Amino acid sequence: MKYLHLIWAALFRRKTRTILTLVSIVAAFLLFGMLDGVRTSFANAGKSAVGAERLQTGSKLSFIQPLPSALEAKIATVPGVKAVAFANWFGGAYQDPRNQIFTFAVSPNYVDMYPEIVIAPEERKAFDATRTGVLVGDVLAKKYHWKVGDKIPLMSNIFPNRDGSKTWTFDIAGIMHAKDPDHGEFLQGGILMHWKYFDESNPYNQGAVGWYVSRVADPAQADRVVQAIDALSANSDHETKTQTEQAAMASWIKQMANVGLIVFSIMGAVFFTLLFLTGNTMAQAVRERTSELAVMKTIGFSSTSVLLIVLAESVLLVLLGGVLGLGLAAVLGPVVSAGSGGVINMPPVHAGSWLLGVGLMLAIGLLVGVLPALRAMRLNIVDALAGR
Amino acid sequence: MNKLKSFLRSFSLCLIVVAGIVAWTALPWPVLLALAVLFALWMLLARSGRQAGSVTRVGVSTLPQRLGASSVVVIGIAGVVAVLVSMLAMGAGYQQTLGRSGSADTAIVLRGGSASEVSSVLDNASTTVIAQAPGIARDAAGKPIASPELVVAANLPLNDGSGDEGSVQMRGVGEQAWTLRPEVKIVSGRKFKPGLRELVVGKGAQRQFAGLAPGREIKLGSQVWTVAGVFESGNAMDSELWGDSNVVADTYRRGSSRTSVFVRLTSPAAYDAFKAALAADPRLQVDTSTTLDYFRKQSEGVTKAITIIGIVVGVIMAIGAVFGALNTMFATVATRAREIATLRAIGFRGLPVVVAVMLETMLLALLGGLVGGALAWLVFNGYSASTLAQGTVGTLSFKLAVTPALLWTGLKWALAIGFIGGLFPAVRAARLPVTTALREL
Repeated sequence: MKYLHLIWAALFRRKTRTILTLVSIVAAFLLFGMLDGVRTSFANAGKSAVGAERLQTGSKLSFIQPLPSALEAKIATVPGVKAVAFANWFGGAYQDPRNQIFTFAVSPNYVDMYPEIVIAPEERKAFDATRTGVLVGDVLAKKYHWKVGDKIPLMSNIFPNRDGSKTWTFDIAGIMHAKDPDHGEFLQGGILMHWKYFDESNPYNQGAVGWYVSRVADPAQADRVVQAIDALSANSDHETKTQTEQAAMASWIKQMANVGLIVFSIMGAVFFTLLFLTGNTMAQAVRERTSELAVMKTIGFSSTSVLLIVLAESVLLVLLGGVLGLGLAAVLGPVVSAGSGGVINMPPVHAGSWLLGVGLMLAIGLLVGVLPALRAMRLNIVDALAGR
Repeated sequence: MNKLKSFLRSFSLCLIVVAGIVAWTALPWPVLLALAVLFALWMLLARSGRQAGSVTRVGVSTLPQRLGASSVVVIGIAGVVAVLVSMLAMGAGYQQTLGRSGSADTAIVLRGGSASEVSSVLDNASTTVIAQAPGIARDAAGKPIASPELVVAANLPLNDGSGDEGSVQMRGVGEQAWTLRPEVKIVSGRKFKPGLRELVVGKGAQRQFAGLAPGREIKLGSQVWTVAGVFESGNAMDSELWGDSNVVADTYRRGSSRTSVFVRLTSPAAYDAFKAALAADPRLQVDTSTTLDYFRKQSEGVTKAITIIGIVVGVIMAIGAVFGALNTMFATVATRAREIATLRAIGFRGLPVVVAVMLETMLLALLGGLVGGALAWLVFNGYSASTLAQGTVGTLSFKLAVTPALLWTGLKWALAIGFIGGLFPAVRAARLPVTTALREL
């Protein structure tokens, strides 16, 4: 620690070079912060405590195949099931058929299955009392400047209304917020409508249900409950497939894209480049200071401390840039999310990313510093002073 | 006063950079080529151009001495270009796969307001009426080449050994589907027999899902189907399973309704009349588009998203690489300060020096761009990827396409990075006070 000012002075000996190198490191770790945020938010999707106790039951044949609504009562009787709700895909879009919005037609208790979503009690009451009422996620409401009491026309690209038109008019009864504002929820960008209204108003549905969501009393019992639910419809013409929300999410994301591999490849390229860049800077820095290092050795610095000083310098360089970069990612993420009005949802930089990032900074710093440091350690005083 | 002067100088330099980059990205290649030719002529014919040439030669010939530092520029830029080109290749591959799925002389008819096949429903009466519309080509037997099809999804175990299930798009087709799509060819096994629970599977689907070999049996829900053969089409259909539409409809309890009707038109020109006839028919409420348009629209969103992600990542990496290049070139100028000062002292003007440093950086950048592009091409051209596609209900497998256009984009980026990274050190070199530089050790 007592050498800190020495290391600092050495680092900023050539201000331009150090600052230019720092900016490159900042850029690399800014990218790391953003990409790692994306990777972890994909990896952690559905991995919450409530995600483990929610089960999703859909048709075994395919996710678009509906199930009979009679299954609700049967699932409710399975031991270990605390509550059952159901939902249907509505296929909503606003203004333009391509502005698709996640719109579900749900049973009255559906939103109770999601304790991570909060709704003002009077709004919830209004939703229950209004046949054409909908609950709208706050992110979506902000995007389209909707407020409670508005009437909104939604198109469905699947279901026509009873009068044959594709436009359904709804009353916004309430706004759904996330309980933990740091942790964005899927429903914040969606709309929930009453299944009853949906079913009665379109000639195609006829009492069908898209999928069931049930909560188990004890997540440890989830496997048993999953099997019991699927056994209800075994060998019928509507066999079901039940998964925990966690497993369902994981398989969905896996089919979407191999996010991990993409992030890994990009970051691999970035850090490989960074190694060269900082390595070059450090090599230059040591080469320039050969005579200075020799003087230090002459006045009594041991070879080991010279080694450590150079190593510390390179680690400090990478740490400085890295922390700045990750900090920038942490600041920029929410700004981008807010600025885009919910179109882009940049995940915040998690503690895990910080930990991994700092680990990487130390590793890169050491790796980059080791060759110049060894060179500095092995300096022969006489040769170095003579400029040989 | 001096401060103001230096501020104005840096400011105008920044303006030059911005103008240069804007021109670089906006100008079409013939204009750029003309500029390059003009530049080459200047180098060859004008006195200052020849001076610049000889200074550049000296600089380039000393490059091997600065191998480590110069390789930073090359590797940094190669990294940016490799990542950028690979990301864009993903978008291009996706677009190509869907783009090849459509043509101008086939059309798709969906129920009005449906965003995609799977959300459309057409009853039996509608499909019959559509097949009688004018403009549809007829086969040898005189029957219209129109294929009412039923698109559904099926869950199948994935081929990665994890035991997880994925979703695959399944298409129930009639006999005309094969005439309609001559690009679809059976590569092993045989076609399914109508009326039986038999399937043919696309090559992409076969790669994606387990157990899809000819002769094998698979379970869809509670029913057992036999895989009769494998087909290849080179487009989005490759990711599908095909079966007899009546049998598929029976499995999915769809009765006689279908999701879409594909027709082959007598010619692309017949499309307008065909569309107008369907729109005028009071019995129908349908949306008609050529398959070319339909599949292009399906690929728009995903391609755009991938492109934006690629460019954002590329820009951030490029910033890092620009500073790496700046660093290297400043160091180069510093080590060659004496040499440059000598040149200036014996009468070389500033411009040749600026041009020489710029050319050296651009040369390194070009090398980096070539390396990066080659890397992306070697590793990722033809690399298989898959995603849940917009507008379908299954995974769509596609191959990354590193096209010449993308390589050109990569090179443009590389040269732009070299331009910025070289300009400031070049100006510094030209402005070095001769006397101090000569005295410097």
